[in-house]
Amino acid sequence: MYKYDTYDQAMVDARVEEFRDQVRRRLEGHITEDQFKPLRLMNGLYLQLHAYMLRVAVPYGTLNSAQMRMLGDIADKYDRGYGHFTTRQNIQYNWIKLEDAPDILADLATVEMHAIQTSGNCIRNTTSDQYAGAAADEVIDPRPYAELIRQWSTFHPEFTYLPRKFKMAVIASDIDRAAMRLHDIGIQIVRNEGGQIGAAFYVGGGMGRTPMIAPCINPFVPIDQMITYSEACLRVYNRYGRRDNKYKARIKILVHELGKEEYTRQVEAEFAHLLTQNIEPPLAELARIQAMFADPPFEVGIADEVDRSDPDFALWVDTNCLAHKQPGYIAATISLKPVGGIPGDATGEQIRLMGDLARQFSFDELRVTHAQNIVLPHVRKADLYALWQQLDAAGLGTANLDLVGDIIACPGLDYCSLANARSIPVAQKISQRLARSEQAIGELKLKISGCINACGHHHAGHIGILGVDKKGVENYQLLLGGCEGADTSLGQITGPGFSEDGIVDAVEKATQVYLNNKQGTERFLDTYRRIGMAPFKEAIYE
Amino acid sequence: MSDVQFRFRDDEPVADPAVTVDAFGEQSNASAVRIEPGDDARDLLPHLARLQLIEVNFPVFGDGRGYSAARILREAGYAGELRAVGEVLVDQIAAMRRCGFDAFAPDVPLDPSDSEKAFNRFPEVYQPTTDRRAPIWQLRHG
Repeated sequence: MYKYDTYDQAMVDARVEEFRDQVRRRLEGHITEDQFKPLRLMNGLYLQLHAYMLRVAVPYGTLNSAQMRMLGDIADKYDRGYGHFTTRQNIQYNWIKLEDAPDILADLATVEMHAIQTSGNCIRNTTSDQYAGAAADEVIDPRPYAELIRQWSTFHPEFTYLPRKFKMAVIASDIDRAAMRLHDIGIQIVRNEGGQIGAAFYVGGGMGRTPMIAPCINPFVPIDQMITYSEACLRVYNRYGRRDNKYKARIKILVHELGKEEYTRQVEAEFAHLLTQNIEPPLAELARIQAMFADPPFEVGIADEVDRSDPDFALWVDTNCLAHKQPGYIAATISLKPVGGIPGDATGEQIRLMGDLARQFSFDELRVTHAQNIVLPHVRKADLYALWQQLDAAGLGTANLDLVGDIIACPGLDYCSLANARSIPVAQKISQRLARSEQAIGELKLKISGCINACGHHHAGHIGILGVDKKGVENYQLLLGGCEGADTSLGQITGPGFSEDGIVDAVEKATQVYLNNKQGTERFLDTYRRIGMAPFKEAIYE
Repeated sequence: MSDVQFRFRDDEPVADPAVTVDAFGEQSNASAVRIEPGDDARDLLPHLARLQLIEVNFPVFGDGRGYSAARILREAGYAGELRAVGEVLVDQIAAMRRCGFDAFAPDVPLDPSDSEKAFNRFPEVYQPTTDRRAPIWQLRHG
């Protein structure tokens, strides 16, 4: 994985000192809260309902053991013993004191980590496929391209005060595990018929109150022009994105209002101009980065079977593990969704343990997934049982990847000052209610947002839940049929909303409609797409 | 009209007041113009040779259109004074400098020592701009 050189380290260290200085000026009253707000936000520091929340960047979701251990230590030292892994492959801490924030950043810098641009109207942490480098279906490892984007976007002088936040994702396989087309810019690294690598640009996707699936504006940008093309996309947005209404300020609205053709025309014109400015890093820089993402020293000729004699273990293998490109290895997902738990939460002790297990079993590497779980990408099949036993003993052995208990949920009204309703208790109740039937139900992605901003990705859930405020009472709308991935679709609202208990009943009824109508190996989503909304509506509102 | 607090040029400042982009189109002899966030900096490109001062106004610091305007002007070869005016704050001036601004006239004067630190905070840069600082990738690969 990527290793800082002295330049990268110096930049992060300088940021720590800059932020320490900004906090000092705020605490001494030299700058107003209004002036401080964008500064702290660009360091991932939010003022929430009860305390400050600090969001730490995990570039493209990749971590090593020392970094993971540090995240656990920060949970214990500065928070209340928990960290919360997020849908942007980051981690956030919900109980931070402003005066501690500079020290936390200094601790992070010792393990090549930071909170740069994890919030604010700037280019955020770039996400990627959690199985990058391990998946059998990828054209090439997408992470070096994401790292190139990380460096280009870090402290970009022109794009620090965009109309609104800006999220990018990079993948390199046809199966999209990063919700790429629901990003401001989604890039799919592709190989053309001539064997050359290039970048397909999808621009103007997003969730929030106006969900949109990004159209492809250029199917093949040569790889040695990817940064220049990104800069062109951003410049057109920075100049013409709406600033009169924050709810219409994302690039998806610009692309929608101009139309894909006109936006593309403007980008291509800006791109032609920027090509004359020589802003593209040389291919030697890409090669330098790629060398750090070379495969770990996999053993060859090792056993390719898993001993399945323990049935609980066998269930976990079948549910949580993905085939690896290297014979004898497997990618294992650690679910952070125990029955009745808070999705994405882990204790400091659990975080350190996962770090230690990565060192022992996965070439010192972990990934955070956008579904709020952790992946050990390169585990020897022969070691899998030993790994699972340690996970299980620590409450990390839940076998529910992509099942209904593997819920994505935003922090909701328990923490967030924007929320209209609580998300976590709903997730906990659904997880408890359906725990016994979830294996029979099979793949069912359930996503919960506590407000229209859609941090819980409810539009993209096979079942989505949106919490709203209805005359001072929490009310939950139900959506069906959303999907991220190659066949991205947006969920449709079933009808009137439900109370907290009512939404749990409605979800259970929807799963029963599926089980009663399922044909062959259909997943919930397949059945819904075949039979449509009507039978679900009938059962839910009967 | 705020005073220029920082100026990174050796030539004499222009005495003429800056006119709006609209008025500039009619006054063919004006040498100073002020760009508002909604103006298209590219409208000025045919006239760069006779311009000596372009002010870019930041009515609120969070409106970042002026950063793009500045780079567009410098990329087109504009060599006169490029002045940031309006709500120009200490935490924005380093990025503005990188985008091509070489003069700063903040509405509220900035603390000199904080500003000095801000201009020199980051040892290197990741992106090339027209300020000709070598980006980190160039330092790595020559």
